[in-house]
Amino acid sequence: MATKLPATEIVIIGLGWTGSIIAESMTKAGFNVVAIERGPWRDTATDFPPSYAPDELRYAVQHDLFVRPAQTTLTFRNNPNQTALPIRTWGSFLLPNGVGGAGVHWNAQTWRFLPTDFVLKTHLTQRYGAKFLPADMTIQDWGVTYDELEPHFDAFEYLCGTSGTAGNLKGQKQPFGNPFEGPRSRPYPTPAQKQPYGPVLWAEAAKEMGHSPFPQPSGNLSQAYTNPLGVTLGPCTYCGFCERFGCGNYSKASPQTTILPVLMRRTNFEARTGCEVTRIKLDNSGKRATAVTYIDTQGREWEQPAEMVFLCAFQMFNVQLLLLSGIGQPYDLNTGQGVIGRNYSYQVTSSVQAFFDNKIFNPFIASGAIGMCIDDYNGDNFDHGPYGFVGGGYMGMVQPNARPIEATPTPPGTPQWGAAWKKAVKDNYLSTILPSVHGSCYSYRDCYLDLDPTYKDRFGRPLMRLTFDFHENELKMSQFLTDRLAEIVQRMAPRQIAKLPRTGHYSIVPYQTTHTCGGAIMGTDPKTSALNRYLQSWDVHNLFVTGATNFPQNAGYNPTGTIGALTYWSLDAIHKQYLKNPGPLVHA
Amino acid sequence: MSANSAAVNAISCRSADLHARPTPKLPSRRALLASTALLLVTQTAGARTLAGGTGMPWRPFAGDPPQAVEPGPWVFFTPEEGAAVEALVDRLIPPDAETAGGKDCGCAVFIDRQLAGAYGSARGLYMSPPFLQATPEQGLQAPSTPAQLYHRMLVALDAFCRATYAGNPFAQLPDGEKDRIITGMENGSLQLQGTSATPFFEILLQDTRYGFFADPVYGGNRDMAAWKMIGFPGARYDYRDWVERYNERYPHPPISIAGRNAGSPLHP
Ligand SMILES: Cc1cc2nc3c(=O)[nH]c(=O)nc-3n(C[C@H](O)[C@H](O)[C@H](O)COP(=O)(O)OP(=O)(O)OC[C@H]3O[C@@H](n4cnc5c(N)ncnc54)[C@H](O)[C@@H]3O)c2cc1C
Repeated sequence: MATKLPATEIVIIGLGWTGSIIAESMTKAGFNVVAIERGPWRDTATDFPPSYAPDELRYAVQHDLFVRPAQTTLTFRNNPNQTALPIRTWGSFLLPNGVGGAGVHWNAQTWRFLPTDFVLKTHLTQRYGAKFLPADMTIQDWGVTYDELEPHFDAFEYLCGTSGTAGNLKGQKQPFGNPFEGPRSRPYPTPAQKQPYGPVLWAEAAKEMGHSPFPQPSGNLSQAYTNPLGVTLGPCTYCGFCERFGCGNYSKASPQTTILPVLMRRTNFEARTGCEVTRIKLDNSGKRATAVTYIDTQGREWEQPAEMVFLCAFQMFNVQLLLLSGIGQPYDLNTGQGVIGRNYSYQVTSSVQAFFDNKIFNPFIASGAIGMCIDDYNGDNFDHGPYGFVGGGYMGMVQPNARPIEATPTPPGTPQWGAAWKKAVKDNYLSTILPSVHGSCYSYRDCYLDLDPTYKDRFGRPLMRLTFDFHENELKMSQFLTDRLAEIVQRMAPRQIAKLPRTGHYSIVPYQTTHTCGGAIMGTDPKTSALNRYLQSWDVHNLFVTGATNFPQNAGYNPTGTIGALTYWSLDAIHKQYLKNPGPLVHA
Repeated sequence: MSANSAAVNAISCRSADLHARPTPKLPSRRALLASTALLLVTQTAGARTLAGGTGMPWRPFAGDPPQAVEPGPWVFFTPEEGAAVEALVDRLIPPDAETAGGKDCGCAVFIDRQLAGAYGSARGLYMSPPFLQATPEQGLQAPSTPAQLYHRMLVALDAFCRATYAGNPFAQLPDGEKDRIITGMENGSLQLQGTSATPFFEILLQDTRYGFFADPVYGGNRDMAAWKMIGFPGARYDYRDWVERYNERYPHPPISIAGRNAGSPLHP
């Protein structure tokens, strides 16, 4: 039996990136906020000081900062005819745990999606005709436009201090920036990071071929920066221990480095760590959330009543909590009806390995978001007519690390062990680069999330079941984009290259990205979306859901810039409309 | 100690871990509670309530640095198993004129200590049944832990070698024979006690590489030999002066998180 606690005004489930943004905004407005986080408290000085943060085995290989599969995992299958089996050890993605969420151990590649990405279905149908799209593709417009989101992209970037070079200021194209980006109201808060040798050579080659290279926008800062909350970040030292690691220099934007020092000073805020939310409770009408229940690390169950609930538990766990709480209609593959679990999507990454003679790249000099990119082949920035697929991605010489367990490449054909392997590792470590493609992944009828019928978590609750495979459209795209990338790399005159496009079935084993998307998407129609355009549940008006969960499909970028913008957009509507008159913000 | 080695329920809670560990440096639990009473409304095993108002919660000695591997006898392997694994890792990564091989780099010591710890017992992984036949895309579905696999396969390898090579264990064979056996494990042509040795080969190769390249604090990569071989400076953490120096070899020697001269437990 759950012990009932005194009521509070606002409960936030998960104190990661979006939970922290919401907690700051709502406490500032004077509300009493309780954030419930399943993982531990984490802070720079105690949890990832420079003295032992750069530990590849512990953090990158043995996943010290991530949630343990024994604690919770999911099952996976490529298609509905297979039996889904549990992910016993993490591979394709790495799910978060603890204060700061995945914001602690992200790369901090901080992008805005393209204006056309938000009106994707309308745009592609107008340009190519409905028949151009595969019949089982279920892409949708988001219900919000780039112009509406622009001030909120800006807010997230100024919170983080993002380092970059603007390509479009209020409609004016800027040299050295991304000419394809949507107009921004002002420059990036800090200039772009310095670029190592590999990205500089790659950008020269791209430019000679008529492309428009620009520095990747980075949340690892080029210089010290004080954000609007008054929190100061330090300059990045290019240590190359970002993704999968906490930053010991206070230079990577994270809840710890941008929000928590202010939040923890507010007397109307409280965080409960080591507490896993198991359910959102509804009143008898099923239209209002009344409380959340959670279990602490001693196994005791608590009930926390609240007036408003924010579900900020990362994409995958947001969907799980909605399904386990009976909120919204679960997606049914057979009928195509229902919304919770619908339109799961991912990211289609690929790369080109290039081995050089007489070049020393010092690839270990890196940051999680360093490199030179082009957007010429992203979204609908090029005519897809001749190619028979839709979608695209940014590509570039982005090398976030050269940590030796993960990044000691050998040319194709090298034995896996023995003297020849050892020599190849030695000869190629400093002189190899790995330019990459970050491709979109659109949504399909048979890619979805539901509850597994067999496997349970440690509380006896069903695990989430992921049914997902790459579709022909995405595989064609990956081939095309990887070929374009290889052309640029060839111009750098390497000794040898290896093209590594995505082929075949999606595998849960090799790491690709933690950009899992969808499952409780935003939209304009409750029949095809779980949330309205303000991230408010269509069914339960005092429940808002944030994260890549909101994406109807994924674009050719990392998600968090857009996740941050959507969170601020939702908060704007909450402050201006919802709090004055709590109820549905959009009438279906 | 890495959080890997904490029990699953305690994994998410550094503080429980802290209290369970008898470390003389730590203040008593009562002193700890008193000094942070304003912050900690409730302090249970792991679950904490952090009330806002006083700033970032902070407690002395809350850090969780890794525990350095100490030199000494095998912890997990029997002496015979240890000798076999040293021979295996020294063929997977053979010594050459400039760089020590797997054995002298401590790869077997690394594997020994890993198998004795969280990794060996698959702690933290999802180990609930049923274990069913999987597609390659679904990943490993093995009910046995790495420790069980190593023990089973090392026993089988020993039996195979003694039966085939006139009573000699793997470590006593000439290099050519060792390589022939490893190749058979790699390509699946060698069955050990009726099962393919390939999964064992794969895990052994992976763990050997981890030991070769990981920070020396874990017992391998002795003298940072692997890092020196490839030119990786380790835990230097600051390259601001070097990011824009192109096509130049970084001149400074590597450092370990255990210190500048760390990682040589056998060569102090
Ligand atoms: C290795 C890695 C690299 C990445 N790199 C990039 C990048 O370069 N660029 C980019 O845009 N994105 C990147 N991402 C993704 C980015 O980190 C996420 O998009 C972002 O953190 C999502 O914010 P969120 O608030 O939705 O979730 P999070 O920040 O992950 O926060 C969710 C929180 O909820 C908690 N939680 C979950 N379930 C429960 C529950 N039942 N009860 C209580 N608490 C719960 C979790 O423990 C977690 O703390 C990366 C992710 C990873 C793992």
